[in-house]
Amino acid sequence: MTVSETRKDLVGQRLKRREDPRLVKGAARFMDDIVLPGMAHAAILRSPHAHARIVSIDASAARAMPGVAGVFTGRDMEAINPLPCAFPVGRGFENNINTPRALAIDEVHWTGDGVAVVVAETVAQARDAMDVIQVEYEVLPAVVDAELATGEGAPQLHENAPNNIAFKWNAGDQAGTETALGNGEIVLKQRLRNQRLIPTPLETRGATGDYNAGTDEYTFWLSSQAPHVHRLLLAAFVMGHPEEKIRVITPDLGGGFGAKIFVYPEYPLVGWLSKALNRPVKWTEGRAESHSATTHGRDHVTDIQVAANRDGKITGLHVKTWANMGGYLSTIAPGVATTLYGRMVSGVYDIPNVYCEIVGTYTNTGMVDAYRGAGRPEATYLVERAIDLVARELKLDPADVRKVNFIAQESFPYTNGLGMLPYDSGNYVPALDKALKNLGYSDLRAEQETLRKQGKHLGIGFSSYVEVCGVAPSAWINAEGWGAALWESANVKVHLTGKVVVTTGALPHGQGHETTFAQIVSDRLGVAYDDIIVEWGDTKGTPFGYGTYGSRSLTVGGAAVVNSVEKIRDKIKKIAAHVLEVAETDIELNDGVASVTGAPDRSLSFAEIALASATGFSLPAGMEPYLDETSYYDPPNCTFPFGTHIAVVEVDADTGKVDLKRYVAVDDVGNVINPLIVDGQVQGGIVQGIGQALYEGAVYDDDGQLVTGTLMDYAIPHASQMVNMELDRTVTVSPVNALGVKGAGEAGTIASAPAVVNAVIDALSPLGIKHIDMPLSAPRVWAAMQEANERN
Amino acid sequence: MYPAAFDYHRPGSVQEAISLLQENPEAKILAGGHSLLPAMKLRLAEPGAIVDLGSISDLKQLSLNGGATIGAMCTYDALLNSNELETMFPVLHEALAWVGDVQVRNLGTIGGSAAHADPAADIPAALVALEAEFVVVGPNGERTIPASEFFIDIFTTALEPEEVLTQIKLSAPDGNVVSAYEKFPHPASGYPVCGVAVVVTRDGSGNVSSARITATGSVYVVTRLTGAEDALTGTGGDASAVEAASERATEGVSEFAGDHYASSEYREHLTKVFVKRALNRALGN
Ligand SMILES: Cc1cc2nc3c(=O)[nH]c(=O)nc-3n(C[C@H](O)[C@H](O)[C@H](O)COP(=O)(O)OP(=O)(O)OC[C@H]3O[C@@H](n4cnc5c(N)ncnc54)[C@H](O)[C@@H]3O)c2cc1C
Repeated sequence: MTVSETRKDLVGQRLKRREDPRLVKGAARFMDDIVLPGMAHAAILRSPHAHARIVSIDASAARAMPGVAGVFTGRDMEAINPLPCAFPVGRGFENNINTPRALAIDEVHWTGDGVAVVVAETVAQARDAMDVIQVEYEVLPAVVDAELATGEGAPQLHENAPNNIAFKWNAGDQAGTETALGNGEIVLKQRLRNQRLIPTPLETRGATGDYNAGTDEYTFWLSSQAPHVHRLLLAAFVMGHPEEKIRVITPDLGGGFGAKIFVYPEYPLVGWLSKALNRPVKWTEGRAESHSATTHGRDHVTDIQVAANRDGKITGLHVKTWANMGGYLSTIAPGVATTLYGRMVSGVYDIPNVYCEIVGTYTNTGMVDAYRGAGRPEATYLVERAIDLVARELKLDPADVRKVNFIAQESFPYTNGLGMLPYDSGNYVPALDKALKNLGYSDLRAEQETLRKQGKHLGIGFSSYVEVCGVAPSAWINAEGWGAALWESANVKVHLTGKVVVTTGALPHGQGHETTFAQIVSDRLGVAYDDIIVEWGDTKGTPFGYGTYGSRSLTVGGAAVVNSVEKIRDKIKKIAAHVLEVAETDIELNDGVASVTGAPDRSLSFAEIALASATGFSLPAGMEPYLDETSYYDPPNCTFPFGTHIAVVEVDADTGKVDLKRYVAVDDVGNVINPLIVDGQVQGGIVQGIGQALYEGAVYDDDGQLVTGTLMDYAIPHASQMVNMELDRTVTVSPVNALGVKGAGEAGTIASAPAVVNAVIDALSPLGIKHIDMPLSAPRVWAAMQEANERN
Repeated sequence: MYPAAFDYHRPGSVQEAISLLQENPEAKILAGGHSLLPAMKLRLAEPGAIVDLGSISDLKQLSLNGGATIGAMCTYDALLNSNELETMFPVLHEALAWVGDVQVRNLGTIGGSAAHADPAADIPAALVALEAEFVVVGPNGERTIPASEFFIDIFTTALEPEEVLTQIKLSAPDGNVVSAYEKFPHPASGYPVCGVAVVVTRDGSGNVSSARITATGSVYVVTRLTGAEDALTGTGGDASAVEAASERATEGVSEFAGDHYASSEYREHLTKVFVKRALNRALGN
């Protein structure tokens, strides 16, 4: 991409991502590309049982295998503390925290629990030696279902968590909601399972640790969406090593989807191993290993009760959820199931009485934590199903029921009844109307009627969503009981040669920060796009920041960039005023040129200003040389993107197979910096939601064995199963940040699963089918149709 | 990800391959590697030695002389590129085209698929419906095994451990033969949850004189659906005859496969549906 020196207004342009050439040409450096002198390789023996006591471990045969540098068990590294849970549930709620250790010591709680580690000269040698470690287990009964885990006689995982309860939490008005349910003109109940998903980034996780005995410093290369946070947590909680003597580097990442936010057992492990063996140690996760050892997403069992008037107006919504946490709590798991879910279950609707109660439970399964959307897909799913259940019961158009219940435009900023911060801005009807228009709704309903007469099952499904992004405001987060605020940082430097370096605490794993942030800086500083580079991912070279997840990079990190640019602009004006011998207020800054108001020929180019500031030759008295400004941006509120998605499906009567016919989306992510990138984010997100709706689902058997342990069994969506997505937007600017942006990374995932499920149920409604749990795989849909046919 | 250590041999002839198999009782033959290598990487298979047939050019020959003699090491892709094979045996062409993705078809071999006898492989359904013959060579020389005796059980064929499958022979279609393969792919693996191959011969008056119908994926070993075959034989092969045949498709099948994805009832039902679809398409209904 070449952009001319004079080009303005890059914001809003569909620039191709500047990071893509290296990614698509195989020139990127990923985790496994890290090769250090003398590096050894680790392989982790994981428990074959979901729940067992470790009786003994005999590693003597493994130690004698060729190339083995060491074999270690949890006992050897008791000095490594259990991992922290950074976002426990808010104060005042029951909270029984159990987190994993680098390796299990006495007891294993899921099949991903590590029990021993081999370090060898090659990966293959480590893997061979792993096979001859003898572990004697006393196998214990297992429980895998979030609700059953709390039942009478269920196997108990942790001493401090009776009935396997990790936490209990609630939000909203219980009494008011119960009254509304009592008075409802109609009251509907439904159980919904939001199944467990396996994030499946293209690149699995990895960790390389390099301890320097001379300086007592650790350098870690980690699959990390938040390197500074990983350093902080490793230092302060896990390893007890001074924070300044830990460096975390994240190279290019092949996706993350949330699963790389967390501190995992393998991370302190490679550091400890490196110190013990005095050489760098690398661990690279295998694909099957990733299925069991990396966090999963979702896994809720939810009972909803919804009361409505006959006109479709919902008067009460009662939600009870059992949220599966897995064998331990992962880094932010409780926060996902409560703040990001429980406070959002009323969605885009003005529901006068709403109450949500959540029980987080331990089970003998992989840890569950944030996965693209993190809580908001679960919330949107339940409320969007609820709306459709009401519409169906009352024989109303589901689009109309949505409109009847939408939060009115004049109600923004809108405070819901669940303790969420006020929704910043919104205008829900136009997005829905645009989607209806783009779809050709009434024609399609007519076609549906015709097809029904021919025995064909066409369905139209809606999903109107709102989500919360940039979950950062410190005061509020503190009140939520979370361990840290989530502001974001940016540094902008102008080098002597006029080149601009932007460093950010956020970092990309597919989002295109290098492009978007450069577009913003180019416009605001008037510097050529090609003269700006964006650096990220190394705690040594970036200001402390909280990383990338929750669609926060632009809303929080982008705003920090803007603030740094503003500081630079101020300084430029001062320098220009000094050199041009006018008052600062007489200086205008346009397109990189500082000139005197009314006398445009009296000016300094950006290169001249850069030179002046970097050399320090002609600065106002007392001014420090160099243009180098850092900002830490703590937003006053979160942002709330929204929109309506519509899926059109046809269900094959013979096989139950669901074919996507059309997919129409209208999203409102506030201002759009790069429409191409936003479209890509939305498309990728939609595909992941469709994956949940139709294909994906992690299955554990009753013994806690992961049945969907490889990609031969776990179905992620394929390109051939997708349909062309008809994308469109409305723009409702966010008043929260200087860019007016709301965030776009998760919207697609949040919206699409309910749209597809609602479409399938709409298709099958003539059979009297009201609900089918995801994934709506052909066998499942067929079974539901069989059952319905037998009933009818 | 990393297989256990193994010795690697690359013989230049079938005889040499057999000697290597005799010398290394732990050895496994390697063809395209698209079933064996994944199993080795997951350490479900840990053969002490590999005998790679990749250098034996005889095994990559395809000769068409009315019928077809297909070298065991012909890749799916090589066979898909033969127009003659497609014209003669549409059912095989269709089954080949359904296998995996481009990478799999570039390396996977027809012999490997047959010898592996995955209960959910596509190719065996076509081969059994075409009544293929399997030429195998072992320490005691060559023998020919009819399709009906080749596939025995899950991952089990009539091949002895020291035998090499060298050729698969298909006889020229006799008279007016139509055929088709229909498949319901598993959303994750792409393997058939149910695959049905049909080969139907019509007599001069257009009536069905013989039908060979097989199922794969829905059953534990590729199976002739004799109920459907009997029902169709002697009929005019119209839609109602096909409907009747599909109703009898599962007759005599002792067990349908079931797993967490699809129940055996579902696979049984799919078998009927795909018998109908394959027959209707083959017969032009
Ligand atoms: C991602 C993926 C998707 C796939 N999808 C499908 C699909 O949709 N449908 C489908 O049918 N298959 C599918 N397959 C399997 C594929 O078709 C394999 O190629 C096939 O099953 C085995 O053939 P191969 O040549 O790769 O054999 P190999 O893997 O090399 O060998 C398989 C077995 O057969 C033995 N063997 C091989 N050749 C001979 C011989 N000449 N004589 C004696 N023994 C021999 C080997 O010792 C081994 O035990 C898929 C595979 C992958 C990796």
